[in-house]
Parts: sequence; structure tokens; C-alpha cells
Amino acid sequence: MKKLSSFGPANRIERSEETHPLTWRLRDDGQPVWLEEYQQKNGYAAARKALREMAAADIVNTVKDSGLKGRGGAGFPTGVKWSLMPADESLNIRYLLCNADEMEPNTWKDRLLMEQLPHLLIEGMLISARALKAYRGYIFLRGEYVDAARHLKRAVAEAEAAGLLGRNIMGSGFDFELFVHTGAGRYICGEETALINSLEGRRANPRAKPPFPAAVGVWGKPTCVNNVETLCNVPAIVGNGVEWYTSLARPESGDHGTKMMGFSGKVKNPGIWELPFGISARELFEDYAGGMRDGYTLKCWQPGGAGTGFLLPEHLDALMYSGGVAEYGTRMGTGLALAVDNTVNMVSLLRNMEEFFARESCGWCTPCRDGLPWSVKTLRALERGEGRPEDLEVLARIVDFLGPGKTFCAHAPGAVEPLGSAIKYFRQEFEAGVDRSARTRPTTEFVKA
Amino acid sequence: MTNLIQTDRFTLSDVERAAIELEMQHYEDPRAASIEALKIVQEQRGWVPDGASDAIGEVLGIPGSDVEGVATFYSQIFRQPVGRHIIRVCDSMTCYIGGHESVLDSIRKELGIGPGQTTADNRFTLIPVCCLGNCDKAPALMIDDDTFGDVSADSVAALLEAYP
Amino acid sequence: MATIHVDGKEYEVDGADNLLQACLSLGLDVPYFCWHPALGSVGACRQCAVKQYSDENDTRGRLVMSCMTPATDNSWISIDDEEAKAFRASVIEWLMINHPHDCPVCEEGGHCHLQDMTVMTGHNQRRYRFNKRTHVNQELGPFIAHEMNRCIACYRCVRYYKDYAGGTDLGVFGANDQVYFGRVEDGTLESEFSGNLTEVCPTGVFTDKTHSERYNRKWDMQFAPSICHGCASGCNISPGERYGEIRRIENRFNGSVNHYFLCDRGRFGYGYVNRKDRPRQPVAQRSGLSMGIDAALDQTAGLLNRQRILGIGSPRASLESNFALRELVGAEDFYSGIARQELANIQAIRNLLQHGPLPTASIREMESHDAVFVLGEDLTQTAARLALALRQTAKGKATEIAEAAGIQSWHQAAVENIAQGARHPVFIASVTATRLDDIAAETVQAAPDDLARLGFAVAHAIDPAAPAVADLEPDALELAQRIADALLAAQRPLLVSGASLGNPAIIDAAANIAQALKNREKNGSISMVVPEANSMGMAIMLADDEADRSVEAALEALTAGEYDALVVLENDLYRRADSAMVDAALAAAKVVVVVDHQQTPTADKAHILLPASSFAEGDGTLVSQEGRAQRFFQVFEPSYYNSEVLIREGWRWLHALRHTLLGNPVDWTSLDQVTEACAAVHPRLAAITEAAPDADFRIKGMKLARAPHRYSGRTAMRANISVHEPRQPQDPDTPFAFSMEGYAGTREDRQQIAFAWAPGWNSPQAWNKFQDEVGGHLRAGDPGVRLLDGARMDLPWAEAPAAFAPAPGNWQAVPLHHLFGSEENSSRAEPIQQRMPQPYLALAEAEAQRLGVAEGATVEATLGERQLVLAVRIIEELPLGVVGLPAGLPGIPPLNTASVVTGLKGVAQ
Ligand SMILES: Cc1cc2nc3c(=O)[nH]c(=O)nc-3n(C[C@H](O)[C@H](O)[C@H](O)COP(=O)(O)O)c2cc1C
Ligand code: SF4
Ligand code: FES
Repeated sequence: MKKLSSFGPANRIERSEETHPLTWRLRDDGQPVWLEEYQQKNGYAAARKALREMAAADIVNTVKDSGLKGRGGAGFPTGVKWSLMPADESLNIRYLLCNADEMEPNTWKDRLLMEQLPHLLIEGMLISARALKAYRGYIFLRGEYVDAARHLKRAVAEAEAAGLLGRNIMGSGFDFELFVHTGAGRYICGEETALINSLEGRRANPRAKPPFPAAVGVWGKPTCVNNVETLCNVPAIVGNGVEWYTSLARPESGDHGTKMMGFSGKVKNPGIWELPFGISARELFEDYAGGMRDGYTLKCWQPGGAGTGFLLPEHLDALMYSGGVAEYGTRMGTGLALAVDNTVNMVSLLRNMEEFFARESCGWCTPCRDGLPWSVKTLRALERGEGRPEDLEVLARIVDFLGPGKTFCAHAPGAVEPLGSAIKYFRQEFEAGVDRSARTRPTTEFVKA
Repeated sequence: MTNLIQTDRFTLSDVERAAIELEMQHYEDPRAASIEALKIVQEQRGWVPDGASDAIGEVLGIPGSDVEGVATFYSQIFRQPVGRHIIRVCDSMTCYIGGHESVLDSIRKELGIGPGQTTADNRFTLIPVCCLGNCDKAPALMIDDDTFGDVSADSVAALLEAYP
Repeated sequence: MATIHVDGKEYEVDGADNLLQACLSLGLDVPYFCWHPALGSVGACRQCAVKQYSDENDTRGRLVMSCMTPATDNSWISIDDEEAKAFRASVIEWLMINHPHDCPVCEEGGHCHLQDMTVMTGHNQRRYRFNKRTHVNQELGPFIAHEMNRCIACYRCVRYYKDYAGGTDLGVFGANDQVYFGRVEDGTLESEFSGNLTEVCPTGVFTDKTHSERYNRKWDMQFAPSICHGCASGCNISPGERYGEIRRIENRFNGSVNHYFLCDRGRFGYGYVNRKDRPRQPVAQRSGLSMGIDAALDQTAGLLNRQRILGIGSPRASLESNFALRELVGAEDFYSGIARQELANIQAIRNLLQHGPLPTASIREMESHDAVFVLGEDLTQTAARLALALRQTAKGKATEIAEAAGIQSWHQAAVENIAQGARHPVFIASVTATRLDDIAAETVQAAPDDLARLGFAVAHAIDPAAPAVADLEPDALELAQRIADALLAAQRPLLVSGASLGNPAIIDAAANIAQALKNREKNGSISMVVPEANSMGMAIMLADDEADRSVEAALEALTAGEYDALVVLENDLYRRADSAMVDAALAAAKVVVVVDHQQTPTADKAHILLPASSFAEGDGTLVSQEGRAQRFFQVFEPSYYNSEVLIREGWRWLHALRHTLLGNPVDWTSLDQVTEACAAVHPRLAAITEAAPDADFRIKGMKLARAPHRYSGRTAMRANISVHEPRQPQDPDTPFAFSMEGYAGTREDRQQIAFAWAPGWNSPQAWNKFQDEVGGHLRAGDPGVRLLDGARMDLPWAEAPAAFAPAPGNWQAVPLHHLFGSEENSSRAEPIQQRMPQPYLALAEAEAQRLGVAEGATVEATLGERQLVLAVRIIEELPLGVVGLPAGLPGIPPLNTASVVTGLKGVAQ
């Protein structure tokens, strides 16, 4: 047991400016890199270049060419998202929102970046804001990240004092105000449109798309929402160029650049590391996470957060990039993998996960609000051996009908993806929970009584 | 425990009001300060007492029912009195695998409370929380603003001692 | 238009609609919950899923929510697709997880949208076997009951209450499957439109508490198309009766008037119909003896024979009854029953609407204007449905902004997000702050004359040809300019004013503004509020009568001994004129006959009291504030339950009396004959025969059913009296049958719909089945006929009054109207009484201070001959020199422009 003020594990690998654009500036002692040190380590050079030498459109194109994809889980190309912002200059009030809500179970990368490299995020936002012509930015930070909040606020103050935020930044004529907004706890706030509602001081129900935030966002104005890690990629892309950036990933990868990847669960060396896209999951699992702890074997694993599907040990050949993981029927997600060991019962694990998803449902649409609690109760019954023969059918319906496109937002699809895959690969564990002596239809019991 | 006693009509203190008014300036629309306003009140009083929603709504120029809608939506706004210290135990899957249920059991043994409950002496309130981003050190929990990792059932008692 | 393909069939639809609207408009059944024709789409419930294909060759397709998908040209969809059906069945199954399945004890049962949709989707087996989540219910006041366990979280209630009706005290709390819809704490719902929740809620969370005491299923009630008598708005209602009592009032869709919504006075104010103390037999009041019909006619005729009779009609009675009185006493001796100033005001309004430069907007049309000036009306209190309409007018701006950005008007959340609360400008000039002020761009409070001056100044600012206002304060001048600018900047400006303050100058000002707008070639409209359900009808009837037809004139003539006898129709004279004057006139009349359905103070003084029907027991025609003649139909025949009840329509009594006096048989045996006679005598009313189909109207040879075909227990209904079921009462007056036998379908177009029902659609959502397009207008045309669309003429300019300057020690007494309390009939309903304020005398803060009285203190004052002792209510913004008195409340005398309060001082306690 330890009291944690900040992180450490990512430090345990060799990092360099050429190969680790996100993490090379991390200190070995895990302390934050404040402005002076950040600037010594070439910090804000990319921002200077972007503000002084590049037109907004050039930055957008550079990011587009770099192939940077969103790191928030959905993997939408960032440059494309940026270019969706209306060209119409009369819509001159635009916002850049940093999605720092990070509440997805087993997702813990943004926290590291924000706690230890707050200026990297600020620089990334500054350049992005310039590209988007956003005059104001908000970092939407989950409330429990108290250290990140402290560090970001201090860094923002440092940057303001140094003229790196505020009016006429670096003499470029560009103004950008940045605020740290802390949330009050709800996973759904991470969904970008729910985040906008939450930032506006409303209940965090998502919004229907279209219209997309690029057209109608915060306070009805064009808005871009990007993940922390996404934005942290921007300075290096602008500073070092597209060619360099696209050379970072493994040649097998369809995605460019590096990614914060990790492994947790009963592995020898749980942690997160900045790694090139396209390394195999096996490499991540064995070389970085060190394989399973003694006495445990790998039962299955999840590639990138609670909302991704389970894969079997033989699927460790998957290459860690969006297309690579997709070949195995699920998504790369956040790239932070979880090892499930042989002692874990899948029914119980899924019960725990669906409790999370059901609790965090915003309560807006029916399938998610009412379907997920039913799955929880069904899983609890199965866990206790009190299942009914039709329970698997009930779960299958929920898996099918909470899938993509059927619910209002992507929360419910994320909730049922692991459930569907768990039933697919471990059906016998679910069936074992069915009490064969029970009758199928409770209604017949009612009639009998 | 004066802040746990509900007075008839809730009024914002000058400090609270000033803090809310400052916060309003960060946004295009005063409504955006509603969550922060609730947090301000909660910081002062430990929880958000009845009537606070109306009082906040008045400052922000929005219906009190909207503020209450927000207050009850978010899990870190407490609309019931809580203890002096809040224990937030991560109950997400990595901590589940890491054994958080045994930590909860041990808290129950130690304090006699389960999730959502407050000790009789108002010292602790226990609430479950989503993944705290400490997945390499599961199970994790927070007591007030302090985060702990690699918590074990045995270590809970010692941990709690630091929070009188 | 767009072509869409639904399950292989091709249809033409409005491409601006979403697929759900389009399908419903085609008559295709797609289940839905969160969508509502008046509230738009939010995509929350997922019930309306259909399969959409990218083109005719796509065989896989994908599920989409029809309410969130535009009906674009060449759309290919399937409602019948197996996956879509299975998905919809799952949605219902999920919605029902926590639902208590308490239909047998739920008051929504039988008109429940949730039941309908459950049946429609085929969900009939409960598989969920775990505990249900439960909620605590709230006490929401005398109108609405709350049972949250029935909630399916469609969010319609908050969307209606907050977003549509502008309420602030109903919200959604909590998250996930714990979401809760209610108030922050127990307490009466504040919105004047709360009753619509009972229809907007698709299940039994919000139900009509006034109905609970004496509850029955929708299918067990008898209905008729009716018109609300609560104010002059003319909202269409569907009252339901059982055992001779009105049990509930529901909205009746009229796409030009109230469409889906009523105000709470109209919905909950029906209790006067059921009052125990209503006159139900003719009574000779002196002896207290009740009589049979013939005896009553004979006795009354005996008293009236060879007497000089004066008749006082009523703006709360039908045209037919008023006409019958006029026929009885003769045109020369017929009086309106309206106070002098008020009658003049209504005539001025009638003239303005009939011949003035701008057309009159119907209530629905009011919603599609883009700048509004409300002059001198507190609409929420005087014509509440108009206030609800103006909220939508203001929000039209949001739709405009959204449409410019390519966002469909039905995409409700997106419209609100992009518009950020932008509104069309609404200016409100009134005596006190109003409940509509929250949507106003600017508001101002002033004494009535000063309001008029502002209006004149606005007219002058619009068109300098309009006379200027002398000595207007600079800020009033500037405000007038801003209002004028906004009206001129609009495409369709709307002027709303009326007679509620009793001030003729305000109406003159409105006329000047209308003329000025016309001169500037603005395509604007006007809407004028008149006080009562048939004020406008009376004004039209008397339009060409040069003589003074006021109550005062009548009372003066009586007191002067010009008449021997008085016949009063449905009118309490004590609400119209000074009580001393009424006393004197009644004392002077040798015979007083009152025909009324309420035991009023006037009725108390009658020699003979003849029991008239209320809207529930009779038919008739009313003319609303827009000049729309509308027919209300008898809901039930009271004598069926109790042959001792001898209630008759006012016109039947008066006509029978006439012929008893003449000693010959009656001419009119049915309503149509009276209506026709009235139309023939009054050319301005000629069109009232078109207001509704006549009694001969049949569909497929059938009369129209008043009761749903599942109506039960008829045979047993009178079994306590006799086990032989009598023949149902026959109705010679209308095309409706007192029966479930008759046409009740939706296929054949009809305007007059007693109750909204279609196969599979028991809830008010059944209106879909009667509309040309969902939420639009009735297929057969909206009921009613407009009478005032005469040739538009230029009006002469009126001149502004002098600034308000009361003499020292004098206060002008100004009526303050209350939705609950100011209207005579509804204020006799018990639930309304619970919402009525205590009588008070309102003072401006500064005046109260000067008098040294605090809120609630007792003051005394003199008003004319009357001594008033009232509690003080301090109204901060009330103009100096004005006291406000709650119009129509007990102990408050009728007011006119000359009502001056003197001797105001605190009473030591
Ligand atoms: C339920 C839900 C929760 C989400 N939570 C987060 C989050 O915590 N952080 C995040 O960056 N994105 C989250 N997302 C994804 C965002 O909606 C969005 O795609 C992302 O912020 C876009 O940024 P990117 O393009 O930089 O990835 C979540 C999505 C859903 C549906
Ligand atoms: S899927 Fe869940 S979280 Fe998303 S809108 Fe629906 S209820 Fe809310
Ligand atoms: S009606 Fe379409 S989602 Fe509710």
C-alpha cells in the first residue's frame, strides 16, 4: 500500500526525443515538469513555430497529413475533425475542449500526461487552438484527478505569466484563454457531446449528431473536442514534421505515431509505456508487462479499456493499431490492455463491469438505462447459480440491441461489447449459472400460485 | 457538526456567493458555473443542503430545479450529509480483479458501513467510484484528496487511522 | 414534397418532416414515446425504430430512429422488418421492467399511450423477474396526482413543462435508471398549464386529481365536443360525463385554436357543473316551492303577462339563449348584461377586428409571428392559452436560426442548442409584472392611461401620421421607438391588446398601432382579448343597435319604473354593477325571473328561478376573441338519471315562455331552428349556422356516438330506479346520439369529435388519426367559423389621453386578474378555490411605506359607496396612484375606469 502523489511506471523504459514525442521529457523522479524545465527541453518551440510561421490552415493540413487519430477511444482522424470546423470566418467564436474526463475502467494514460507534463498539453492546446481559430479552451478534467487539477492550474498560471496564454501570444496577434474545468463525476461526461452539456452546466446527457460539435457545440458555437493524448501529439508533429512523425510507427501499422499503451491485471510489471503503433500485443504483454505473475495464467485480455471486447491468449498476435485489433473483431480503444487471469470467473467480472456501465448510464435512452440494469441482475443471478434457461437469451438480446447505432450514444455499445465477447468465448461459464431445476416462465408460476 | 444541521431557509454565505460569482466569469453563460457552484457549497458545508439549489439558481439566473437536476446527476455532489472524510473505493474491473471486494469487506468490518453509508460518528462516508487511473496499483482508493494504491484488506485499518 | 418507400409502397410526404411524422401522417402506425407533435424529436426512447435502406438494392439496412431521421426524398424504409419489430418489442420490454403493471388501479388505464404502444409492439409476456426500483411520490397540489413508479422516463413532462410552457418548478433529477421527474420538493405545481401534463405524460405518472374522487375509465364516459367557457379564447374541450356528473375535461384538438393544450382554469374549473346547490327545478323563490315545467311556465307567464318586461342577457350564455331572450322581450327591451364601459370597449374591439386594417390572428397563427407587442393585458390571467401561444412565438426565432443553419425544426435539442435562447422580440406593457415577462425583450408597468399613451407613442413612431403624444417622458418615448423599430423590423408583427383593464384609450391605442402598421405596409396581425366566453358574440349581436344596451342602462330604466318585470339570463348582476344600484333596480321590478345554472346572488332575489343548462347539459354557439363562432354540444341528459331534474337550455325556457305568453305552440323544437333564426335576424351572425354541422348530419346514415363503443354498465345504470332500461334520451338538437351507437371512426372526415379514439389509439395521441398531417389541422377542417373577416378599412386616428395624474388622496382602482378566481363559474369549482388568492388591496411599495402599512396588514378604503376592508399586498412595480384589486374575487366590487379609491388608511389591529 502506498500513498500516491504521482506516477512512475512509464519511466522504466528508454525514451528519446526522436522516438518518444509524448514522454521523452518525463522526469525520472516522477515530479511534474514545470515551465522552466519544459522550455529547457525544447518546450513551446513548436508553438512558436506554429504561431509565428504557420497559417492556421497549414497546421490543420500538417496534422491531417500526419495521420494523427483521436486517442480518446474512437480513433477518428484528428485533422479531418479539425477541417470540419466551419470555414466561415464570421463564426469567429470557436472553442477547443480537451477531453480529460478519463473515467473508463482501466484507462490511465491522460492522468500521467497531465500530472507530469502539464505544459505539453497546454502547448498542444495552444497550437490546436491556433489551427482551429479558437479563442478559448477548456480542459474538462474529471473531479477525482486532484493532482492533475493542481498541476494544470499551476502550469496555466505559469504560461499566462510567461505570455504563452492570454493576449497576443508570442507577439503573433493570437489570443487564447485556457481554463481548467473540473467535473463532478460521471463517466458519460467523457462522451464528447455529453461533455459539452456538462461544461454548460447541464446534466451530462449526450446530444444527437448531427449537428456535430464542429457546427453546434458549446453555447451553440463551433467546437472541437480532443483527447488529452491526442492534443499532446500536436507539438511534436508541428515541431518535427509529418515525415518524422509517420516514421515512428512500426511499418506494419496502419496508424501513425506512438501511443500510450499499457497492461494491467495480474501481470508482473503493470504499467504504461509510449510505444509505436503496430507492435504486437504479445510484445506488449510479454516484453513490457513481463507476462503473468507466478501462479497465474492468462485467461483472456482486453485491448483497450472496459468498452472493448475480450480476446483469447492466442489473439496476442494482434498488432496494436486500430486495423490490427479490428482483425480480431474488436477495437483498439484506448490501448490500455487488461489481463484477465485464470482465477477470474467471467460471469462475475462481467457483473462487475455491467454494474459500472449501468450505474454510469446517463438515463436518457431506454436500452441503456433499463437494459443494462437487467443485464446486471441477470448476471448476478447467474453468478449465484440462480439463472434461468432464458437468461442467456435475455443477455443476447441486450448485446444485440444495445449495439452501435441503436442507442443514443456509444456508451451502451461499449457496455455490451465485452459482454458479447465474453459470452462468445466463455459461454459455458454463463451456462453454468443456470439453475436447471428452475422453470422457464415466471408467469406460469404465477398462474400456478 | 453545525454544518450538518439543516436550517429552515438556506442562504449562501458571502464567501460562497463571491466564489460563485467569480466562477461565472469563466464562462459565456452563468449556467456553466452550476457544477462549480455546487462544489463550492459542498466544500464549505460538506454536502449540498436542501434549498441550496434554489439559492444557487438565483445567483446564476436559472431555475432551482435545473440546479437540483445537476446536483443529483453527478455522483460527487452529495445531497445528503456525509462524514468528515470520504472514502472512495474504486470498484472498476481492474480493481475488481485486484480484489477490491475484500477491501470493501474489510472497511465494513472496520467501520460497519457499506457503500453509500456513513459511520454513526460521522467520521467516514464510503462511496464507490469509477476507475481512479491507478490500474497498475489495483486496488486503489481515495480518502479525501489522497490516493492510495496496492491497498490490501489488511492495510485498511492502518490507512484509516490517519483520518480522525 | 418527397417520395419515400415504406415496406415496398411509395408515398408522397412532406420532406421537411422526419420519418415518424411522415409515417403517422400517412396513417401508418409507428410506436413512439418521447416524440410529441408539439414538442419535436429528441431520440431518447428508441421506440420508433424502423429499418432504413440506403437504396432499393440494399437488403441489409440499418435501424434508425424514425423521429430523428429526415424524410428525405427517395428514402427506403421498413416498419415491418423483423429486426425492427424485435427491437421495438425489446424497447417496450425494457420500459416495462420497472413499470408496476398496475393498470387495474391506474387512472391512465384506458387512455394510456403506454398501453397502446405495448399492445402495438406485441409485448405481452414479462420475462423480467427481479425487483423493481421504486420511487416516493410527491404532493403536487389540487390538480395533479403523482405516481412516479409508473414512469418510463420519456422526458416528455419536463420538455413540455419547462421548454414548451416555460415552467420552472418541474425537473428531472438523478441519473441512470433512477431518473426522477418531479419538483425539488413537495408543493403545488406553479405553471398555469400544468394540467397538460396529464395528457403529455404517456402513462399514469401525472393524472387529473379532480377526476380521482369520482373516477371512471375513458370508455365509460359520455363525451361531446365542447367549448371552454372559462374565457374568450375559445379552446376546444372534450368533457367526459358519468352518472350525470362531469368527471374530467380533456383537450380537444383544434389546429387553429388550442391544438394540444389547455390552461388549468379550463381543465380543472368544471366543478360548478356538479355543484349540489345548482338550481335543478324551477323554484318560486318566495315560497321556496319547486314546480314542474308546465307549472313553472304557466306561473311565470302569469307573472309576466301584460307587463313591461326588460331582458338582461349575458356574455357567458350562448348566442341562442341570448337571442331567445331578445325575442321574448323585444329588441328594444333587450340589454346585454355587460357594464357600460366594458360594452363600449368590446364594441370598439369588435369594430377593430371586423373592419380595422389588420387581420385577426387565430391562437395558432399567433405562434408564427416574429415580433409582438402586448399592450395592457396580463395574458396568463386573462386569456391564458394566448400566453402559451406567445411563448411559442418567441421561440420561433430559434427555429429560424436553426433552419438557416440547416437544422430541421423538429430536431428540438439541436434547435435549442444553436439558438442559445434567442427569441423573437416580445414587449409587454402592463400594470404589474406578468407571468410572461420571462420571455419579454422589454417590459414596462404603468397606470392604464399611461399604457395607452405608450401605445399611442408606438403608433406615432411607426407612422408619423399617427398623432403624437403630448408631454411624454423621454424614456417612454425611447421605449416606444424601440418597440416600433422591432415591429417594423419584423416580417409579421403581432399586436395583442384587449379590454381587461377596462380602459378605452388602450383599445384606441391598439387601433392606432394597427393602422400605423398597415400604413407602413407591414403584413401584421392583431389579437384582442375580450372578457368572457361570449363577449364577442354579444357585441356582434348588438353591433347595429344604437341604444345603450349596458347593464347600467337596464338598471336605470328599471329603477326609473320604465318596466314592471325583469328577466335575467345567466347573469349575476352583482358582478356587473354597483350593488346598491342592483338592489334598487331589483326592488323596483315587480317581477324578477332568473334563468341560470348557478345559484347566484341575483338568482337569490328572483321571484322565479328557472334552471338553465350549463355547457354540459345544453348546446349553443359562442364567439371567441378572434371572432370564431364555435358550437358546444350537450354532453349528457341529466333527466336520464333523475327525472326530477328539469334543467333546460336557456333558449328553451325563454322560447317556451314566449309562446306561453302568446298562447300558441312553440316554433323552435331544435337548436338549428334557433341558430337559423338568430342568423336570419342578425346578418353579422349569418355564418353561425356554419359553425358546426346541423342536427341532420350523418355519417354512413348514422348519428355520431357520444360514448366509446366499450361503454359499460348502461343497463345497470338506472337499476336503482328501475330494472327496465329506458330508451336512451333522443337528441333533436345535434348530430350526436346519447349512446355508444353511432359513428366513432376516423376514416370518414369529421370536424366534431366527441372523444379522441381510434382502433389501437386510446390515448389523446389518437388525434393523429384525425389530422391532415400529424400535429397540423383536422382533416375535415378545424371547427368553427370566423365572423369578423370583413372588408378592411382605414380607421380614423384616435387621440391619446392625458397622462395619469390622480388627485391627491385618490387612487385609481385597477382590476388585477387571476386565472384562478376572476372568472365566475370556475371560481365555484372546489379545486380552483384552493388556488384562489385571498382578496387583497395591492399597493406600490412606496405608497405602502408612506401609509405605514406592511404586507398583509389590514387597510380600509372607500370605493364609491362601498367601504372596503382588505389585506394589503405590496406589488413593487405597481404604478403610484394606483391600487390593484383582484377582479371578481369575493368582496371586490365591479370596477370601471371611474373607480376611485379614497380614504385609504391602515387599520390598527
Ligand atoms: C461513454 C463514453 C465515454 C468516453 N470517455 C472519454 C474520455 O474519458 N476521454 C476521452 O478522451 N474520450 C472519451 N470518449 C470519446 C469521446 O466521445 C470523443 O470521441 C473523444 O473525446 C474525441 O477526442 P479524440 O478525437 O481526440 O479521441 C468517450 C466516449 C464515450 C461514448
Ligand atoms: S446510451 Fe446510455 S449513456 Fe448514452 S445516451 Fe443512452 S442512456 Fe445515456
Ligand atoms: S419517439 Fe423516436 S426515439 Fe422516442
